Amino acid sequence: MAVEKILSNKTGGKAILLGNEAIIRGALEAGVDFVSTYPGTPASEIGNIFFGLSRKGNFQGYFEFSTNEKIALEAGMGASFSGLKTLVAMKNFGANVALDAFLPFVYTGSKGPTVIIVADDPSCHSSAQSEENSRGLASLAHLPILEPSDPQECKDFVKLAFQISAQFEIPVMVRTTTRVAHQRAIVKLDKFVSRQLPVAGKFVKNPKKFVTLPPRVLEMKKELLEKIKKIQEFAERSPINRIGNGKSENREVGIITSGVSYLYVKEALKELGLDLPLLKLGFFYPLPKKKIENFIKKLKKVLIIEELEPYLEKELLALAKQSNCRLAVIGKKLIPEIGELNPEIIVSAVAELSGKKYKKPAVVGYRLPARRLPRLCPGCPYWLVFEAVKKAIDPEKTVFGGDIGCYMLFGTPAMGFQDYLSCMGSSIGIAHGIKKATGRRKAGAAEQKLIAFIGDSTFFHSGIPALINTVFNKSNPLIIILDNQTTAMTGHQPHPGAPVEPNGIKMENIVRACGVKHLKIIDQVNQKEFIDTVKEFSAKPEVSVIIARRPCIQIKK
Amino acid sequence: MTNQTNQFNLLIVGTGGQGQITLLQVLAEAALAENLDFRSSELHGLSQRGGSVEVHIRFGREIHSPMVSPGKVDLILGLEAQEGLSALNFAGPDTKLLINQYVIPFQGGLTEEDVFNRLKKASPDVFLTSANEICRKELTTDVVAGIYLISLAAFKKLIPLKPASIQAALKKIIPEKFLELNLKAFNLARQAEPESKNRLV
Repeated sequence: MAVEKILSNKTGGKAILLGNEAIIRGALEAGVDFVSTYPGTPASEIGNIFFGLSRKGNFQGYFEFSTNEKIALEAGMGASFSGLKTLVAMKNFGANVALDAFLPFVYTGSKGPTVIIVADDPSCHSSAQSEENSRGLASLAHLPILEPSDPQECKDFVKLAFQISAQFEIPVMVRTTTRVAHQRAIVKLDKFVSRQLPVAGKFVKNPKKFVTLPPRVLEMKKELLEKIKKIQEFAERSPINRIGNGKSENREVGIITSGVSYLYVKEALKELGLDLPLLKLGFFYPLPKKKIENFIKKLKKVLIIEELEPYLEKELLALAKQSNCRLAVIGKKLIPEIGELNPEIIVSAVAELSGKKYKKPAVVGYRLPARRLPRLCPGCPYWLVFEAVKKAIDPEKTVFGGDIGCYMLFGTPAMGFQDYLSCMGSSIGIAHGIKKATGRRKAGAAEQKLIAFIGDSTFFHSGIPALINTVFNKSNPLIIILDNQTTAMTGHQPHPGAPVEPNGIKMENIVRACGVKHLKIIDQVNQKEFIDTVKEFSAKPEVSVIIARRPCIQIKK
Repeated sequence: MTNQTNQFNLLIVGTGGQGQITLLQVLAEAALAENLDFRSSELHGLSQRGGSVEVHIRFGREIHSPMVSPGKVDLILGLEAQEGLSALNFAGPDTKLLINQYVIPFQGGLTEEDVFNRLKKASPDVFLTSANEICRKELTTDVVAGIYLISLAAFKKLIPLKPASIQAALKKIIPEKFLELNLKAFNLARQAEPESKNRLV
């Protein structure tokens, strides 16, 4: 159904789209040629839908699920260097993985217009590891960033980002958050750009542009900073940074906001019956500094409403120093830095700042005695791995390494099989460090056993270099690869070893090629074999690997 | 829809896998067909693995926030009763509750009797119905319990959308092969008669 709406030819028609669907519609309207991604909530639907469109012949361009986000970005760079209109999508932590490619890409710039979607997840609804604010990429990489508030802007900003990228030859990031990417709202549909598809790319040699070798790289930096200056001038004139002058008598208090917070601000002002001066920023980087200075010139107080870290607030403090040094810049004093915002928080903050009385609505309220936690699905093959491991070893004397996927739920109190959890692939990388550190023990002291769990997609994503390191630098964790033949948690996307592709890559061949001597592939239904192997392998002086192979119950259905 | 604001705030709560997103899509189409503004917010990913899932839906005139605020909910639709109970954290004095008499137990949760006693005490406007049981009995499957509930809410005017709009939306959203079953659930809700104050069916 979503697909029909996304492909609808009813120009000028309206459809209710999810933020991520609107991003796809925007990319299609702009005439995207090449799309690469690695799934991650809250960006996953972008890949899922393009995958479906591509399979059914509804998308004439090229689509791939790449092995990880860095590879996705590099594939996108190759497409852009060859002149294609390119979209790359990932969640916030994926941008960390891709960071090594981000910076040089901003230096070389794009040839084919390139848009990179990065989705943050304030409150960590679907994100272990950290509450990341990917706006930080701007100061690190000089990467232009736009921040839509809702599905309409998701579509519009993606198209605008392609336009900026085309005009200034620079990749442009569109940053969403959960409440934007997973917001549904009415979107006005526009025409698809008409073009002969598929567009064939051509790589035209130009070492001056594509090779970031010193001393050229420093010239590139100079060119980049000049580009940013020009984009800043563009931002000054851009209607996506817009000022509402406010009809309230109180003109001394203004608000600056962006992203989904803008919608909460509108709600709050309506609730309080206020119409304060309001600057809505569509550009996060580069900021339209003159426009901001104009806005704050006559204000006495400005409230900066942004989720997570006070990036805008710091910029405002610097700008106010130059243009209105008596301005009170208020942000994190009233707006929390941890967790996503909501209308309630903002109503209270705006009321406090503008001296308006506001009584919180009465709430019936109820505290359930316990919280319902997510858990593995009934029939999930991972239950059998958990059962076997529990019987094979003494959990108290074993360190359990966790990784990113459904099996993170091994860490719930009822299961308790997770002693550390960090980022993709790290169960193996950290396992090696722990084994090395604890291996230097006094004579006679018992060895600390370690079992690292890692999913199939995660193994392909970033487990392989860690496995090679474990073999090469010689430590001996037992690694259990939970091979359910899909990327289950993010919505069952295929991966290089998944049987969706007829010539999928066999992970056992990779494990062997890495030099692992002790390897068994077991269907965990064979509990006895699994238990015996865990016992045997966990006592080995070298690294050992069990591939627990049984498809996810959700795809078996 | 409160006359004052011309907006309707709905919270659908349940556990991952109860089909909240489909219900949301149906309501979205129905609202669009009635020319209303619409915004919603949902969660995907880890939270879907059997944990608590709440979906925020707002429609009416000029909607800004996709999230409803505590105390300002017009209707809480509980696909599961304990989740309905915990959604009282969003309920104000005028909030109505339509709660499915269906409990998915979890460690540390309440007994069924306890849940319903607490619900009835909590608010005068609690409507209970056994959607899963009714659907199983009449249609041999309860996968359409959610569709039954939103249809019931429309027929009983707990949601200010025309039942005909819901029906038309079903035809747009539900895949062909499941449509007949879903329309049966819709019609089943049409026939439902109120029994008593706290018990809708």
